[in-house]
Amino acid sequence: MTHRQRRNLIDFVMRWVLRLAIGSAAATLLLIVGVITWRGLPGLSWEMISQPPAGSFYLGGGGGVLNAILGSLALATGATLLAALIAVPVVLYLHGYAGRSRLANGLRLALDVMWGIPSIVYGAFGFSLMLLVGLRASLLAGIVTVAFVALPILARTFDEVLMLAPKELREATLALGTTRLEMLGILLRQTLPGLLTAVLLAFGRAIGDGAAPMFTAGYTDRLPQGLTEPVATLPLSIFFQLSAPYQSVQTRAYASAVILTAIILVISVMAQFTSRKLGRHIIR
Amino acid sequence: MDMTRSEPLTAGATAIAYPGTREAAPARRGRRQWRALKDRLAQRTLLVVALLLVALLGLIGAVLAHEALPILRTQSPAALLTSTTWSPAQLAFGLAPFIAGSFAVTLLAMGLGVVPAVLSGIYLAEYTSARRRAMVKPVVDLLAGIPSVVYGLWGVLFVVPLIREFIAPTLGGTLGARLPLFAANNPSGYSVLAGAIVLAIMVFPLIVAVTDEVLRNIPQQLRESALALGATRWETTWLAVRHAGLPGIVAAVVLGFSRAFGETLAVMMVVGNTPHVPRSIFDGAYPLPALIANAYSEMMSVPQYRSALMLAALLLLIIVLAFNILARRVVVRLGARV
Repeated sequence: MTHRQRRNLIDFVMRWVLRLAIGSAAATLLLIVGVITWRGLPGLSWEMISQPPAGSFYLGGGGGVLNAILGSLALATGATLLAALIAVPVVLYLHGYAGRSRLANGLRLALDVMWGIPSIVYGAFGFSLMLLVGLRASLLAGIVTVAFVALPILARTFDEVLMLAPKELREATLALGTTRLEMLGILLRQTLPGLLTAVLLAFGRAIGDGAAPMFTAGYTDRLPQGLTEPVATLPLSIFFQLSAPYQSVQTRAYASAVILTAIILVISVMAQFTSRKLGRHIIR
Repeated sequence: MDMTRSEPLTAGATAIAYPGTREAAPARRGRRQWRALKDRLAQRTLLVVALLLVALLGLIGAVLAHEALPILRTQSPAALLTSTTWSPAQLAFGLAPFIAGSFAVTLLAMGLGVVPAVLSGIYLAEYTSARRRAMVKPVVDLLAGIPSVVYGLWGVLFVVPLIREFIAPTLGGTLGARLPLFAANNPSGYSVLAGAIVLAIMVFPLIVAVTDEVLRNIPQQLRESALALGATRWETTWLAVRHAGLPGIVAAVVLGFSRAFGETLAVMMVVGNTPHVPRSIFDGAYPLPALIANAYSEMMSVPQYRSALMLAALLLLIIVLAFNILARRVVVRLGARV
């Protein structure tokens, strides 16, 4: 074998090793979705989606997980809105006023650090805060806790989107004599689809997070009643059903996981769709 | 020609400019001041929100430290961290088994997951065309979006039985006889290995994304030079890109480690939750996040218990942040944004 042949052989082998690695990722995704669907579909019924748990639900009685579905949706919606309320001003400040200052670097580091904090730590923090303030486990406490999880994701994704916006747009706007605030308005309009993507991404993470609301949102078999009442969440509902010693209840845990996965997949696809399609005001 | 054209123009210009400067100027100045005022107000408000965010971050550490203080007052920190006795009823809160469990599961997960993840990241950054990338990247993103509890459920349904029926008997029978690390003394399948496999898959998308990002920030010139000298694709990656990208890849792995270290639901569903220092990959373990999550319902009865759990949370926060900041510093210095 000549030297050139050996080099080409190594190149060929490595190319296939890399393909194998990425292929195994795709295969794993299929395996996970496949196993969950295959075990969960038999337990899926209209009753699961449309009914709250009946009295003996965890012993194999009737009912469904509507309490958890609605609870998760309410929790994730509230948390994402609250997170956006803080994240959007911070990111706009970063791009309108902070420039490349040390404060800007510090803020980005703070957001990265927040992203790295495990959600169980947010859960413990939210729980301590709740006791200090004298609140009890409720939808409101859950929203505040989960907002911590959603905030850095929303902020950093939106930050990236604004970084990708054409520099010429900012320069041209400012050159026309606008203030920075007015320039931010133009910039916001340009990046609205990107903001929506960031919001959906954060929403997806908020709805799938089980550890943060574990301590703070409580758990209830009733449908969500209001901000000061406890709510159930889908991840916790799956966890509790799985802990039950009855096969029929465990099958319903699998079915609940199918529901949760379906919600997440729809949100992910929507996020990728909006980032491409939704842009009426975009100057390209 | 010049005169006739310029005259009406200047005349027109002054005719328009005059009423403007004489009558509308105060109004215009007022409007400009109002716009500038709005701008300044906005700047202040946004700054306050931004500083609030940083304060919030400090608050997390402060509240957890405040909650952990009661137990640190009554028992020495060194004893709490090194004692292996966990018995809340006797007020013995040795955290060593949980710290050991966390490191065992996470390190094994890294051992299993890092190589395929880094290779996938290299593939995405160095080998894909824009079209193939548009097909592959969403798969990685979807994998990143699957909730923790679904990974955990998959672990219970697939990984745990696989270990119980197949991996533990095979490996335990052959290697386990000689190496205690592979001894299969736990017939349930809920083990360090199960947690590690689930975790390895969970951090896979993160490591892929960061590796990809870091490698794409390496100047294209480097590749072009190597290719122009006659190097194959792999030689280009191995010789040129590796040197520029290695610190970033290390950062990607450390980030993955810190993410895996704090993962809660998925791990606690498959890892067995036995408060002992694991001796073999088939033993059960009890990582820190699982401890916090599981003990929540019982901790209200004993005040010291709650304090011990908050100490565990604080410990988790410190460990994860240390790794995280370290990795971010490396990535930021390389110019990649993560």
